[in-house]
Amino acid sequence: MSVKVRIPTPLRSLTKGQGEVEGQGNSIQELIENLEKSYSGLRERICDETGTIRRFINIYVNEEDIRFLQGTSTPLKAGDLVSIVPAIAGGQCRFN
Amino acid sequence: MVKVKGLKCRECSRPYPPAPLHVCEFCFGPLEVDYDYESLRGTLTRRSIEAGPPSIWRYRALLPIDGEPAVGVHCGMTPLVKARNLARALGMREVYVKNDTVNHPSFSFKDRVVAVAITRALEFDFTVVACASTGNLANSVAAHAAEGGLQSFVFMPADLEQGKVIGTLIYAPNLVAVEGNYDEVNRLCSEIADKYRWAFVNINIRPYYAEGSKTFGYEIAEQLGWRAPRHIVVPAAGGSLVTKIWKGLKEFERLGLLDGRCETRMHLAQAEGCGPIVTAIKENSEIVKPVKPKTIAKSLAIGNPADGYYAYKAVKASGGHGDHASDEEIVEGMKLLAGTEGIFSETAGGVTVAAAKRLIEQGRIPRDESLVLCITGNGLKTQEAVAPSLRVSLQIKPTLRSFDEAMASHGIEVSPKDPS
Repeated sequence: MSVKVRIPTPLRSLTKGQGEVEGQGNSIQELIENLEKSYSGLRERICDETGTIRRFINIYVNEEDIRFLQGTSTPLKAGDLVSIVPAIAGGQCRFN
Repeated sequence: MVKVKGLKCRECSRPYPPAPLHVCEFCFGPLEVDYDYESLRGTLTRRSIEAGPPSIWRYRALLPIDGEPAVGVHCGMTPLVKARNLARALGMREVYVKNDTVNHPSFSFKDRVVAVAITRALEFDFTVVACASTGNLANSVAAHAAEGGLQSFVFMPADLEQGKVIGTLIYAPNLVAVEGNYDEVNRLCSEIADKYRWAFVNINIRPYYAEGSKTFGYEIAEQLGWRAPRHIVVPAAGGSLVTKIWKGLKEFERLGLLDGRCETRMHLAQAEGCGPIVTAIKENSEIVKPVKPKTIAKSLAIGNPADGYYAYKAVKASGGHGDHASDEEIVEGMKLLAGTEGIFSETAGGVTVAAAKRLIEQGRIPRDESLVLCITGNGLKTQEAVAPSLRVSLQIKPTLRSFDEAMASHGIEVSPKDPS
């Protein structure tokens, strides 16, 4: 499934400055794996070592937080909008 | 003075310098002050604290400032009241009220965090201080900014109680009334904090600000004779206070300042109309689901609590629990506290008393164990909550006859000890 993915400012250094990219996957889990292939280093910023989405990152599918859907198993369909949003707004970006 | 090593991410532990930062750049977690506790061993003692000023600054070694306190010198050391009448009314053997309704200068526990935050902001050379607030924080920031000769911008929902609005405006800040709830105000302030170089005490200065709440717990322990109580009930808005009271007690334990161990159970109190952290506690779920607040306890009306997860963890780690209070129970709680102990708390205090009552009735707070209730703000700030249910006892002409007639017709009984 081809979906749109919104990238927050602090992570755009990993996506060549792009704020929105195309992604592939039938689920959030697959999407993250595929994004990692195109944009190396993105996965470890979103997930911890166990593969769990980091506590202070929110992922929305069409404005719904995946924590209240099926988590990383949340299914995706063509044209969905996935947003990656840090939970705490603000903060400097030294990793950029 | 304890050495502040720097800041540290609460999630991934990455270190940061002691600068005005609040978010981890790697994992986006919140930053916390990292202390060198070993440097304090032997130097911070009960005697050295007791020799300190009668304010939060007696605990200066554990607060993240480099130099002297710049504002809020008289903050803290509020009364710990032994509440005999309230204990009897609740069916408890031993109840204390930690009474921040009289904190200096703005009558809430927020004076603790603001005194630290603004002192630190001045150390960072900020000239403008600001906050997002449900009322008490705005009062405190405006008051301390006036004392410190700083310009201030305080952002509040436009529908707060009059006492909170007037209690902010009097200090001549820039008060921005936002047509939205607190969560919307907070989000906006994050954007403003990014754009303007202002010290938002609860955003970019938050790691330092939050540490001030430890003094609420330090004072409870010191005033109980250097012991930790068995139960503490704490109201929660953003969730920071309960985590810092717990942290403060554990620091005292770690530094050998307590008589015995800290076996305190931390219990959380929230309104039914905005109780996401208590809901998580009741459901044993680490995930705090945001809600849209609808409660008379406007000071606690934060639907998406920034420290919700950490508050949940502190309560669970301590073996505590939590409960909700309906709007009716909140008003009853305020009246019970005032009628038994002569303490007039704002709505958050009513939430605390009401939730404690539920927890006692459920057996989660055993009746023969010590209990401290955290009363965080003054009742004059939220008069709207109780005004509809309070009535003048008698309205009379200025004559003895008018009074005698009114007493007779209203059937008011005078206590047997009355000499007439």
